[in-house]
Amino acid sequence: MSDTLLLWPVILPLAGAALAAAFHARPGVQRAVALATMTATFGASVLLINAVMAGDILTKAFGGWMPPFGIVFAADRFSAAMVVISSLLALCALVFSMGDLRKRQVKSGFYPLFMGLMIGVNGAFLTGDIFNLYVWFEVMLIATLGLITLDRTRVQIDGAIKYAVLNLFSTILFLMAIGLLYGATGTLNMADLAIVLPQAESSAALTLSAMMFLMAFGIKAGFFPMFFWLPASYHTASIIVSAVFAGLLTKVGVYALFRVFTLLFEVDDGTLKPLIALFAAGTMVFGVFGAAVQWDVRRILSFHIISQIGYIMLGLAIATPLAMAGAVFYIIHHIVVKANLFFIAGAIHRATGSFDLRKSGGLMKSSPMLAVLFAIPALSLAGIPPLSGFWAKLMVVDASFQGEAAWLAAVALFVGLLTIFSMSKIWIEAFWKEPVRRLRVRPVPAAMIAPIAVLGIITLAIGFNPEPLVAFSNLAAESMGDRTQFIGAFFDQAHTAGVTP
Amino acid sequence: MSVIFSTMSRLFFVLMLVASVYMLFRGHNEPGGGFIGGLFAALAFALLALADSVKAARRALMIHPSVLIGAGLFLAFLSGLPGLLSDGSFLTHWWAEIGSVHVGTATAFDIGVFMVVIGGVLSLVFRFYEGVEQ
Repeated sequence: MSDTLLLWPVILPLAGAALAAAFHARPGVQRAVALATMTATFGASVLLINAVMAGDILTKAFGGWMPPFGIVFAADRFSAAMVVISSLLALCALVFSMGDLRKRQVKSGFYPLFMGLMIGVNGAFLTGDIFNLYVWFEVMLIATLGLITLDRTRVQIDGAIKYAVLNLFSTILFLMAIGLLYGATGTLNMADLAIVLPQAESSAALTLSAMMFLMAFGIKAGFFPMFFWLPASYHTASIIVSAVFAGLLTKVGVYALFRVFTLLFEVDDGTLKPLIALFAAGTMVFGVFGAAVQWDVRRILSFHIISQIGYIMLGLAIATPLAMAGAVFYIIHHIVVKANLFFIAGAIHRATGSFDLRKSGGLMKSSPMLAVLFAIPALSLAGIPPLSGFWAKLMVVDASFQGEAAWLAAVALFVGLLTIFSMSKIWIEAFWKEPVRRLRVRPVPAAMIAPIAVLGIITLAIGFNPEPLVAFSNLAAESMGDRTQFIGAFFDQAHTAGVTP
Repeated sequence: MSVIFSTMSRLFFVLMLVASVYMLFRGHNEPGGGFIGGLFAALAFALLALADSVKAARRALMIHPSVLIGAGLFLAFLSGLPGLLSDGSFLTHWWAEIGSVHVGTATAFDIGVFMVVIGGVLSLVFRFYEGVEQ
């Protein structure tokens, strides 16, 4: 019965979203429901990763329709890890929201939408069907638009429109890519595609389809040259929403990219490899330059999401098992650190009343605890040893030297330096310098500090003891690269059920 | 609003609700179902809002559209659970014969869809009409 484990990370938030919407007029009940379901979801995701840890791939066909006909969920180490880390982040965000959420935002449907987002995110990580992946992307898009416009201000609607236009463009590309793929192969099941595609003759349709997947997920993941929507919209949302977006949304795009370009298409053959390498380098450099000229904490952090996505892409561009392992490590590290930095931006806002660095200051004296909590993820993001970011950077840079892409490694190191510049800018402006005007610093509630501390402790734990996560990343990259195992997990089951695909 | 329109809208309101329920259950084996039925019912309330006022339509609906969405979604969720017991698959439906009628948990799912569609459409429509009325 262990395969039902796959369902819970999706259907628990579904039940939570439904209940929270049903208790429309009772914010207290909504909050209790949301906390209970997210705790349960996190528990379920831990059980899931426990089940796949040994190297098995769990699959679950819906409604008794066997693959390749029915919709199938599948979890290997990589997807299970993504589910765990995103559920943990969602739980942290909910705790944080207890200190920061306003009545009006609850009334606009924060809880149902938030859990709706988690349905989409977890669904996208777990699905084994390429069209079903598209459906989860749509679920996420709907929930995201609702979450951006939570306060219904003009700025937010402006941000939401920018977000919607580019993301709709991305989903249309995605849909067309699926259409071409289906036309060429006649199947949508990922494992079945992994059987059919290597045997298929290379055709214009397939090449076009691969390019469109790259573009579609590229827009979602926010990489060069299609990242403009991200800094234009993320900072308009309320800070809890920004934190969750920063941690999860781009990573879903990255995840989809990794799945499609390990399972369906090869990065190694032909034009794709230099193209992805170019994108990765561009993403790193432009993201970090964008951040350098900003003064709003949220905008600085938004640009840093982009530059960090470049590092993850670097793993895919080199495409050796070592590089893939580095990328997996980087994703996990980055989700924790980036969401944490956004939470801290929220705490700075609470303490000083502004997101603008020029107007804040003096936090070092007034709340030293916040200063310490900021230093952990900020230094980790910049890649200072011995924090988690150092190991993540080390793995991808090492992989690019070994993968004979030294220029990518050089770009990565240069961008790392600039990241330090950005982080020290926030440090100097918000924490170090004397406050511009006499500022009454407000206390930050414990509900906001607790998730920051938890994520900070995780960062430290990864930093001081990276070995388990490195080992895990290697295993995850290995099973991600192993097509036959993935295919075997699907079609073994079909044979025992007496259906021959 | 003209007298004819507002009088006839009462009649049509009832007729459309009846038709929507018919559509919902017809969808069991023939074209129809929760989605179309839900649109019919939402249209009935939208008509009432247009002919009388949004306030009257909200009163006729009795509960907030968001609550309807949540309740419908939860019903659909519950209808998927029995499948977990039988063969461990969410949304695998149970079927039974009561007399000559073939019923199953899929009916509960369809009623859930029906409620979600009414709630979804009406929360949009009411908001728009309220904007016009102001």
